Amino acid sequence: MNQPAGKPSLRDAIKDASMQKQKDMMAGHFDRLTSSHETGAKVCSTFVPGNLNELIMCFDMVNNLPEVNAIQSGLRGKSGAYVMEAERNGHSEDVCTYVKSDIGMMARGNIGPNGKEMPKPDMLLLSYTGCFTFLKWFELLREQYKCPTVFLQTPYMADGKITPNMIQYMVKQLKEDVIPTMEKVSGVKFDIDRLRENLRQSAKAEDDLVYILQSAKNKPSPIDAYFGGIYYIGPIFGAFRGTQDAIDYYRFLREEVDERLKLGLGPVTPEGPMEEEKYRLVVEGPPNYTHFRQFWKMFYEEGATVVASSYTKVGGTYDFGFRHDPDRPLETLAEYCLNVYTNRSLPMRIDMLVNYINEYEADGLLVNSIKSCNSFSAGQLMIMREVEKRTGKPAAFIETDLVDPRYFSAANVKNRLESYLQMVEQKRSGASKGVAA
Amino acid sequence: MTTPTTTEIVARCQDLFEDLHFTAARKWKEAEEGRKVIGYMPVYVPREIIHAAGMLPLGIMGGGDNLEVIHGDAYYQSYICRIPRSTVELGVTGRLDFVDGMLFPSICDVIRNLSGMWKMMFPHVYSKYFDVPQTYEDEVGGTFYIGEMREFMHDLEELSGKKITDEALRHSVDVYNENRRLVRELYALRAELPWQAPASEAYLVIRAGLVLPVEEHTILLRQYIDAARAETRPIKDNSRIVLTGLFCEQPPLNLIKSLELAGCYVVDDDFMLVSRWLIGDVPLEGDPIENLSKAFLHSSESTAAKYEPNQDEKGQFLVRAVKRTGAEGVIFAAPSFCDPALLDRPMLQNVLKAANIPFIAFKYAENSGQMQPIREQAGTFADSIKLWSAA
Ligand code: SF4
Ligand code: SF4
Repeated sequence: MNQPAGKPSLRDAIKDASMQKQKDMMAGHFDRLTSSHETGAKVCSTFVPGNLNELIMCFDMVNNLPEVNAIQSGLRGKSGAYVMEAERNGHSEDVCTYVKSDIGMMARGNIGPNGKEMPKPDMLLLSYTGCFTFLKWFELLREQYKCPTVFLQTPYMADGKITPNMIQYMVKQLKEDVIPTMEKVSGVKFDIDRLRENLRQSAKAEDDLVYILQSAKNKPSPIDAYFGGIYYIGPIFGAFRGTQDAIDYYRFLREEVDERLKLGLGPVTPEGPMEEEKYRLVVEGPPNYTHFRQFWKMFYEEGATVVASSYTKVGGTYDFGFRHDPDRPLETLAEYCLNVYTNRSLPMRIDMLVNYINEYEADGLLVNSIKSCNSFSAGQLMIMREVEKRTGKPAAFIETDLVDPRYFSAANVKNRLESYLQMVEQKRSGASKGVAA
Repeated sequence: MTTPTTTEIVARCQDLFEDLHFTAARKWKEAEEGRKVIGYMPVYVPREIIHAAGMLPLGIMGGGDNLEVIHGDAYYQSYICRIPRSTVELGVTGRLDFVDGMLFPSICDVIRNLSGMWKMMFPHVYSKYFDVPQTYEDEVGGTFYIGEMREFMHDLEELSGKKITDEALRHSVDVYNENRRLVRELYALRAELPWQAPASEAYLVIRAGLVLPVEEHTILLRQYIDAARAETRPIKDNSRIVLTGLFCEQPPLNLIKSLELAGCYVVDDDFMLVSRWLIGDVPLEGDPIENLSKAFLHSSESTAAKYEPNQDEKGQFLVRAVKRTGAEGVIFAAPSFCDPALLDRPMLQNVLKAANIPFIAFKYAENSGQMQPIREQAGTFADSIKLWSAA
């Protein structure tokens, strides 16, 4: 997830009004974080998957997401040096580069995207959802910050279902561990009605988010659900879910999308509006952030629009009906965490992607495999083969990294994308000649 | 009955280790109608429950360096560790075709995702992702874990068509307690007299316990310990080291031998933690599942795959292991691309630095062939430790 805000090289890029609005929101958030020592606001660090923003806000704390900071470092061209700094300090070249970017950034003064020093967290909410690395990441941060750290384990949805045992476990952790720690750190008493109100707000924005993402079912799609989608999920996966700001943003975005739909327009990309939608793709896996604009441009130049992506579900999967439910405040937080994309079993992930290809009438699946992310990557070759088998649509593989520029080979990515699109063409001409797929 | 010599015992264990068709487990299954075998991957599952269901728990630790991986590589990118691909290889080549169920413990995202792949590859075989708590209060993590264990019991009851009684569970706990006592005794013997029970032998003897019925393995352990004590072997001027980070993908046996040849006595390690995950005896009185849960939560081994809730305790298990065994240094050996081991390593190293314990680190793969660099690195380390301690 991401908010590609504040990237200098994007200044000359084309943006629609919603992007500008999003950028302003994110800038405001970073200012809240970096001024917390003046305002006295307490800072709670947590992760995008399993981000309990509604609960954090109940304690007047500001939400800090280290993945978002790593993304910002990637977009601003700083992550390469940070990763290497961490490796010099003993971190392995094999592990998640988000962690190393974060650790390297700390080692170099912890300067945020607004040029000011990021605050020390007052607590770490180790929301262990969908990724093993989180566990080690916050052990590493705790070693540095020595601040209260509370664990919230989300059981893995291995059998494709949520059992009562899972929910009870999570609710108990919330009641016995998470909420008492937050009360202690913030000095604010927990008020369940405040939580309900935040959850009610979340659901409103979630409705609009789903509408926006599903607008890609239209032809042409008015949005790009991967590159553009990353902007769209920023507020809701970050520090804005449960706020009026998020409701306003998604309403505004929805109107913008409606307008494009009415005019039959495609998405706006940094290179300009997408003129002709030649290909409709589903993408699995996170993007590369060190060459984000270049990466997007390759798709733009080919006339390829991403109509659905799994990455826009890492901070919550809403398109199959889940909404935060104010009537079951703690249970709904548990269900939210359980439902994030990387907490879903491999068969569930495959079902989702197959469903996207069918429902969004896509030409096929493209996997961006991230070298240092086992959570996403382990099993992607099987995902690819299964999706191909079940949809009859071609699937292909590209390899990059999230924030380590050493693993982005533009020529290689471009080659693979081009040959994949040729495969799509062949499949199409075969199909139009009545040749069985 | 004559007592076998260490050479005979180790030769038998070596045969079991090299047998990637798991003949011993197949024979056990064939010996009686209706017997079932449940495979499990690292790092820990409560084998007592499988035993109480009348089934054989079978540890699958990957394919090692004897297995040619042909199909497995098609399932994984180059930047993922070896154990999932060799395990897939074992599966698709029919080597596990007699296995009635597979357990994938929650150790990392690779094994987690493999659990779903297995379901798709072998849809007619029972398979389960075995989730364990990472929070350690009885009321919270314990209740969850008890729920998960009961669900697992229920699955096994369906598989066998027989109820698992508390009595059977207590008996199994008793049998495994005894096995663990002997594993601990072997570790203590090795720490005390490492030349009598070298790591490469102890490894094979313990590894045999992953494929044999526990009762048989307990006898084998007893025999080995007695024989190892009785023999007289030459004492070498080796350095004592603790080996850590090898809890999942196993190193080639040659790697352990190379360390020994390089002048190291491995006096503690974290291979095959399942054999000694629970520290001390699990009580026999009371509810056996609750007892297993309490043992898991409050007295089990520390490893990178587990959350350490207390910052002051982080890595102390390693310092304690060094003190307990009289070790002079620590070797971090981790499988390439192993997130848990590699992400944990800098924190453990900081703890060792603070405690003034020397260490080195390297990576391996289960099929690493070239041992020369490791031997050189370990040799230099062993020599320098001696210099430090002499200084
Ligand atoms: S391993 Fe993947 S999912 Fe986990 S923190 Fe890193 S990038 Fe995110
Ligand atoms: S070797 Fe490490 S990364 Fe690989 S499966 Fe085992 S624990 Fe996971």
